[in-house]
Parts: sequence; C-alpha cells; structure tokens
Amino acid sequence: MVQIDTIKEDDITLLNINGDVDASSSIQLDESLGAVVSNGDPKILIDCGGLNYISSAGLGVFMSYLEDINTKNLKMALFGLNDKVMNVFEILGLDQLLTIVDTKKEALVRINEA
Amino acid sequence: MKHNISVPGVKSNLQRIRKFIIDVLREQHLSDVEVHSLVLAVDEVCANLIIHSNKYSAKHSIDVEIKIEGNDKIVFDIIDVGRGFDIRNYPEPDIKEIIRLKKKGGVGLMLVKRIMDEIDFINKKDYNIVRLTKNLQSKS
Repeated sequence: MVQIDTIKEDDITLLNINGDVDASSSIQLDESLGAVVSNGDPKILIDCGGLNYISSAGLGVFMSYLEDINTKNLKMALFGLNDKVMNVFEILGLDQLLTIVDTKKEALVRINEA
Repeated sequence: MKHNISVPGVKSNLQRIRKFIIDVLREQHLSDVEVHSLVLAVDEVCANLIIHSNKYSAKHSIDVEIKIEGNDKIVFDIIDVGRGFDIRNYPEPDIKEIIRLKKKGGVGLMLVKRIMDEIDFINKKDYNIVRLTKNLQSKS
C-alpha cells in the first residue's frame, strides 16, 4: 500500500511517497509521476522519507520517465531515502543515473542548478 | 528450521509474503539492509510468478518456504503451480537500453541474481520450485 501526495510549491512539484511501492502499488507512482512529467513540471522533488519499500516495479517507474525528463529538460531529485531503500537503487547502479541526495535542501540546490 | 506460508497468487498478497519473511529473518543476526534485500529478492520472484506464470489467479497459491541451515545459509523455496519459467535462462538486460525504450519492467530478476548466491529451478510434475540460496556473510 502506498500513498502519494502531489504538492505544488511555486515552480516546484513535490511528490511525497509514503508506504510500499511494489508490483501491486507501483501503478499509483506511475500515475502520479506520469502526470507531473507529461504536464512538463520543470522541477520535480521526490520525498522518499516515508518510502518503506521499493521493488523493481517502482524502480521501473522512475527509469521509464528518465528519457522524457531529459528530453523535456526537466529536473528531478529524490531525497530522504532510508538505507534499505537506497541499497536497492545501488544494487542496480541507479544511484548513478538518478539524482539522489540526503535532504530536501540539497535536492533544491540540485534542481535549481542550471 | 523450516517456516512456510501459502497465499492465493494475487499481487495484493505480496505484502503478506514480505511480512512473513521479515518475521522469520528477524530472529537471525542480519542487518536491516540484508533482511530487506533478501525480502526483495523473494518478492521479485513471487511478483514474476503471479504476473507471468499464474496469470493473477487467486485459485493458484504461491508457497514460500524458508529453511535456515545453521549459520551457513538460508534457502528460500518459492513454489507455484503455474506454467513456471526457468529464471536462470533469463538474459540480463542493459539498464541504459531499458531507460531509452522507457520500459517499466525488466530489472526484477537482475536484482535477484545480484542479491542471491544460487538460483535453481526445479520442475516437478504438478508444480515448480524456484530455489534461492543465500550464503551468509558472503555478498551484501
């Protein structure tokens, strides 16, 4: 079960993920992130502080939008991942392909970079 | 020591399977990150079986059996009656290619291969077993 809230803060769109993103619930992440990307929101922050679990289905959602994010010149940063969840990204080397930082403050710096 | 759970093969039961594994592994001297990665590997195999082999049928159950062999290794048997597939033959995809093609799937079994030490597929007359073995204190 997962709950995803989309919050607009000026030109920044914050997706707040709480719960487990698995093969059953990844559709919700797909819908939320898909809406933000297709809308062309320029600065996307993903708050993973409440993300308890992620499986390949969830990783797949992030991976599937990377191309569109680059093509549309959008910025996306993930922050607040716990060690267990971070390890899943690291196993596949996705920590090198996505912008992942510790805090919201650092994430803001990264998405505001030119 | 052996522990097992049997649930109808639908995706909404993945969370129950994960909770079962966490409860069993909690008694072992493993870090949270290690437990989490083992749970992930089993979850990936179960999700694959439910999606590709069982075809979301609640009539078909998925059984997970955990055998803890001393301090040496943990063996996870995932048993299903679907058509089964030998995950050892699964070619490892290229992540950059998956991203380029905007595919949403394809990395689950890659995770399983990187987390577990041995993967076996046993085809019986009426059911299949995917056997995942983790040697303790080998890989993270």
